[in-house]
Amino acid sequence: MTTHPATGEALHTVSVVVNGGLRTAQVPARRLLSDFLRHDLGLTGTHVGCEHGVCGACTVLVDGAPMRSCLMFAVSAEGHEITTVEGLAARSGAAEGDLGPVQQAFIDSHGLQCGFCTPGFLTTVTAYLESNPDPTPDEAREAISGNLCRCTGYQNIVTAVCRAAELIEERGI
Amino acid sequence: MKPSPFEYHAPRSIDAAVAVLAEVGHDGKVLAGGQSLIPILNMRLASPAHLVDINRVSGLDTVEVTAEHVRIGALVRHAQLEHHDGAYAAQPLLRQALLNVAHPVIRNRGTTVGSIAHADPSGEMPSVLVLTAGVVEATSVRGTREIPAAEFFLGPLESCLAEDEVATAVRFGRFSPGTGTAFQEIARRHGDYALAGMAAVVTVRDGVITEAGASFVSLTATPDILDLSAALAGATPEDADYAAAAALVRDHVDPDADIHASAEYRRMLAGAIAERLLPVAARRGIRQRSEQEATA
Repeated sequence: MTTHPATGEALHTVSVVVNGGLRTAQVPARRLLSDFLRHDLGLTGTHVGCEHGVCGACTVLVDGAPMRSCLMFAVSAEGHEITTVEGLAARSGAAEGDLGPVQQAFIDSHGLQCGFCTPGFLTTVTAYLESNPDPTPDEAREAISGNLCRCTGYQNIVTAVCRAAELIEERGI
Repeated sequence: MKPSPFEYHAPRSIDAAVAVLAEVGHDGKVLAGGQSLIPILNMRLASPAHLVDINRVSGLDTVEVTAEHVRIGALVRHAQLEHHDGAYAAQPLLRQALLNVAHPVIRNRGTTVGSIAHADPSGEMPSVLVLTAGVVEATSVRGTREIPAAEFFLGPLESCLAEDEVATAVRFGRFSPGTGTAFQEIARRHGDYALAGMAAVVTVRDGVITEAGASFVSLTATPDILDLSAALAGATPEDADYAAAAALVRDHVDPDADIHASAEYRRMLAGAIAERLLPVAARRGIRQRSEQEATA
């Protein structure tokens, strides 16, 4: 087993499928999945807010289910499929360079301001709408209760969730 | 923050997992869903030298429904149990409570057995385990043992699991026909830790309440059962003195104060929840009995 040249920590080889491509890196066991995505794979779309599971900014899809990437170790993700915000458009079948329906709805509805929390909302809402394709505004509000936004006051995010449901229906995804 | 360094173990069997724990003793910690453990590691409130990740152990992710219980393995995620229709039919309190466990995203990863082993007095599932007279199955190199829920919880965040033991499964008990259940908690935001919460169970026979009980979330240091039969038994669900039951609840609970709520406020909430929840459970008891008779 190789060790980190500076700290002497044991390094583990971790291979995961990220946004459809196999990615491999050598990391210490304590590397959080969020840091693995950002630091080791350079996918900085996943944001890290609180790092203890409260803010929801780091939410990614693990085998299609939304999970907190700050509450998983990269070594535990070995062999699983991860979708980050960078992979949402392709996952929805959007053409190269186009946005996915949830991303488009957030723009249409002014569902973001500074944008820090947005990747976590987009992944959470994408998975939510797959199992709840036609939410009421109240249901949409509950669906995003695990994600914190300090700019918008949530009203436009709730609107965006309902708008995304319409776009998905229109696009026949 | 980031966790401090640890040696990572990814055993493929329970035998291999407990062998590591037997060797490292107090320096070892079991990782399943990690939704309580990893925040603690990230904040460096704990820094175990060895982490035993049981996520690759096969055979721990099954839900089994029998005439006596609902048995779930240590890798059953909250979401998996929540959506399991057989488990809901056998013990409705499971889904009723699980809908209150954190947020759906946390429930996708967190395990029900893990949250019981964590023994947080704000946790929902320890209370459900106690109220259903459940059992924890624990394994170590010394063998396996079964621990009744009433003996499992020693204090806040403290269970009777030894440092070399893994909780491999829990069994939630089932109730007799004519028993209704209900669960409610009050939190600042949906999915937050409860300021106060309660699981209620009421048995109705021939239109009359025969037994009633409750267990609590964020209101007692360890989950325990409060017998409410003295206040409710003998009355019909319509005429029962739920205010008297609520008074027993307020006397029983012993909440702490924190930044979110005073102890007195939590005590008041406990009574309010009891008065709201017990009639719901009683009505479900009647309905449950009539459905049983219809299918019999």
